[in-house]
Amino acid sequence: MAGTLQFDLVSPERRLASVVATEVNIPGADGDLTAMEGHAPTITTLRAGVLKIASADGVKSFVVTGGFAEISATSVSVLAERAVPVEELTAALMDQLIADASEATAVAVDKDAADKAMADLVAMRAAAGF
Amino acid sequence: MPSLKDLKNKIASIKNTRKITKAMQMVSAAKLRRAQEAAEAARPYAERMNAVMGGLAASVGTSPTAPRLLAGTGSDKVQLLVVMTSERGLAGGFNSNIVKLARNRANELLAAGKTVKILTVGKKGREQLRRDYAAYMVGHIDMSEVKRVGYVNAQAIARDVLSRFEAGECDVVTIFYSRFQSVIAQIPTAQQIIPAQYEGGAISALYDYEPSEEAILADLLPRGVATQFFTALLENGASEQGARMSAMDNATRNAGDMITKYTTIYNRSRQAAITTELIEIIAGAEAL
Repeated sequence: MAGTLQFDLVSPERRLASVVATEVNIPGADGDLTAMEGHAPTITTLRAGVLKIASADGVKSFVVTGGFAEISATSVSVLAERAVPVEELTAALMDQLIADASEATAVAVDKDAADKAMADLVAMRAAAGF
Repeated sequence: MPSLKDLKNKIASIKNTRKITKAMQMVSAAKLRRAQEAAEAARPYAERMNAVMGGLAASVGTSPTAPRLLAGTGSDKVQLLVVMTSERGLAGGFNSNIVKLARNRANELLAAGKTVKILTVGKKGREQLRRDYAAYMVGHIDMSEVKRVGYVNAQAIARDVLSRFEAGECDVVTIFYSRFQSVIAQIPTAQQIIPAQYEGGAISALYDYEPSEEAILADLLPRGVATQFFTALLENGASEQGARMSAMDNATRNAGDMITKYTTIYNRSRQAAITTELIEIIAGAEAL
């Protein structure tokens, strides 16, 4: 069996998950990456996307929007601005997220970044199956 | 000497007041527990955030290209004071203490020739500051509709403050709130959030950064500001309930003392009245 690492997912309002995982798939700002035991210590920012945690009890997925992940050899901490378990994600919530993002796009100074965030969200919606 | 009826009414009215203060105390106790839980739940995020920011700030902070949120604008001429208070009163010295701290700071800054701008969060602080500092107040964020403080509220405040900073309306931002220590002790605190001040920074060398340190920092600094507002809101929430709880406890006890006092006076005057009546009757009987 592969080695394990301690995984924590925290949002500003509460701790959403704290499990022992075998691998964690993180939607990094520069592309997806998978952290397993012994990963080089890394800090990466997140884009909107799906975070997948594989552990002994199966795979859990969370939809996250923004934040960052701190990876070390034995642990992964994800600090997400907003995180929702995929099972609890509804089309309405998704639409709400997209509406928020398009509002942000309208007023954003950095058009490219805002457009990218928007595209990430749309891709995330497709990935989540809506 | 008040009449017996007056005394009776007075006692009844104090008893009603005691019931109200007692109820408020119990409501505050319940709310305090919830506020403390919320503050507890938010702690892991804030701690991690500060640790990572500390590391980043230590490695990037001194470079000339450091983001302005961290390095400042190079001036401290225009000071924005964000005064965070509650929407409701009857919380002992809670609001006054925060306002007093902010007022002292404002006076110091004005004496030093700086420009002061005040942004208030919560009605009570605005009411108190408006008397003397109406000319300096640049805005108000209303929290009266907010039942339960969430991260979105902190984000809204942060957005307001950041947009002012981006527009060059202020150089230094300081927030005033009350740190919760215990039910009887809340410490009014001033904290500078722009330029950001982070402690620590030992971990930075160990990590790979993706994309780059500076890009991460630029992304995280606004979040860091929002997180600090969120922490302040939660601490304030707990402090408010703690202060109200002890204020109402005092009020309840005071009402109890007053009831005892007036009951004694009432009984004494009742007995005096009876004695007088008896003397009159006996004197009347003897005269016959």
